[in-house]
Amino acid sequence: MLLEIKDLSIEFHDHDVPERVVHDVSFSLAEGEILGIVGESGSGKSMTAMAIAGLLKRHDVEKKGTILFEGTELLHASRAQLRKVQGNDIGIIFQEPMTSLNPVKRIGWQVEESLRIHRPDMSKEERRHRAITALSDVELPNPEQVYKKYPHELSGGMRQRVMIASAMICEPKLLIADEPTTALDVTIQLQIVKLLQRLNKEKKMAVLFISHDLSLVKRLCDRIIVMHNGDLVEQGSAQEIFENPKECYTKELIDAIPRLEKLV
Amino acid sequence: MLMKSFRKKYPPNFVIGAVITVVMLLLILMSFFYTPYDITKMDSASKLAAPSFRHLMGCDNFGRDIFSRVLKGMENTFVIAFLTVVIGTAGGVLIGAFTGYFGGWLDEVLMRIIDVVFAFPSILLALVFVSIFGTGRYNVVAALGVAFIPSFARIVRSEFIKYREMDYVKSAQLAGVGRLRIIFVHILPNTFTVLMSSIMIGFNNAVLAEAGMSYLGIGVQPPDASLGSMLSESQTYLFSAPWYAVFPGLMIILLVLGFSLLADGIKA
Repeated sequence: MLLEIKDLSIEFHDHDVPERVVHDVSFSLAEGEILGIVGESGSGKSMTAMAIAGLLKRHDVEKKGTILFEGTELLHASRAQLRKVQGNDIGIIFQEPMTSLNPVKRIGWQVEESLRIHRPDMSKEERRHRAITALSDVELPNPEQVYKKYPHELSGGMRQRVMIASAMICEPKLLIADEPTTALDVTIQLQIVKLLQRLNKEKKMAVLFISHDLSLVKRLCDRIIVMHNGDLVEQGSAQEIFENPKECYTKELIDAIPRLEKLV
Repeated sequence: MLMKSFRKKYPPNFVIGAVITVVMLLLILMSFFYTPYDITKMDSASKLAAPSFRHLMGCDNFGRDIFSRVLKGMENTFVIAFLTVVIGTAGGVLIGAFTGYFGGWLDEVLMRIIDVVFAFPSILLALVFVSIFGTGRYNVVAALGVAFIPSFARIVRSEFIKYREMDYVKSAQLAGVGRLRIIFVHILPNTFTVLMSSIMIGFNNAVLAEAGMSYLGIGVQPPDASLGSMLSESQTYLFSAPWYAVFPGLMIILLVLGFSLLADGIKA
């Protein structure tokens, strides 16, 4: 198993009343697999992802359970231990393409940043070459020109591609996609999903795809986890979940997908 | 057509501010190498002489050339204000960046100290500093510099609190970028626009604070010239030699006005 999560609980203590956002969640992810986490806002799906990425705040948070990434414990790891795994083996893309790129830095610089940290022996020319390859890998037209541009010169879909390129540059084994398509047009959404599918096949990279869009999840994922109010409600293969949902919350979610026949 | 696009690109207060500032900077630059007269040379024959071609701004009560002293005074004021802002910015950026980025107890402790420093008017704080360590150019710089740290620290802190939650900071964290590199390479450049305008406002306040301190007699010491000390000396002769007060005062106004207009223009 690439990733194993056991009894993960997250509680925030920054207000008067402790707030439990994830409760006893366990699941695992095999190498090269695409796993979807679905659930409404506030269901704890993003927090689970943040915990895997080691991006939870360090104070006012109580974390329980274990997160094993290739056998290494991540949840309670020190910053130094995390740094070795992070970036090199785990990449992340976020929901909002407007804020996920640094507005004052050129695209090329941002894509190369992981290389500067994890491959310090690489020459400037090699880095540039790798970055441009990564940009063309995510199907950006004119990667040499995109390399020199600033984020505000690109459209939302292009920025999301740049994000994927910079998350992929060290060829991570796991890509966490936290609602990567939510802020995009429907047509662009499909392109991004197809791109993720292709990269998953070509690079043998596992994807943790977080979304509230069931139709996209159905299209992309091998297995699906349904979360609600911090609890893991149901998990199974995409087919099982969609054809034979066991829990009533899952049924409600599936019924909520707009269909033509229902409207008529 | 050309005029129109020029006006659109550079608003009038930017142009006026830039012209005033450039002229003042040239005068200050000149004063490093050349003043028409020696600023300490007294000439009893031209005591309180009115402005003329020999003495462009007239002479003071010792017969010293006011134009030369104004130039030298501007230089002093400028150098002190500049160094004050440098200290204030450097200290403010460091404290603001660390408190804003890390939060927690570091933030609590440092910001409470900053609050205490901020509670006193900067002149009062500088006064205490000078009375402990003595007068002189560099003590004034140190005193004002420390007094200027809080306002910069607060601005930078609030910027860092805003930016540390940005997704690009999170992805840099995940990429394993070190904390210092995130603070200074990833986040700090984002604060430059806000920092620039507060540096300009800070510079103006520093000019006024230096003039105020010299006016009170705790800044630049005679016989060295400062715009503030000249103003205070000129008070006695306000009616017999009004030019003595007018020109140093005018220079303070121009220095501050030029910079504020420039800051306004840049902000727009």
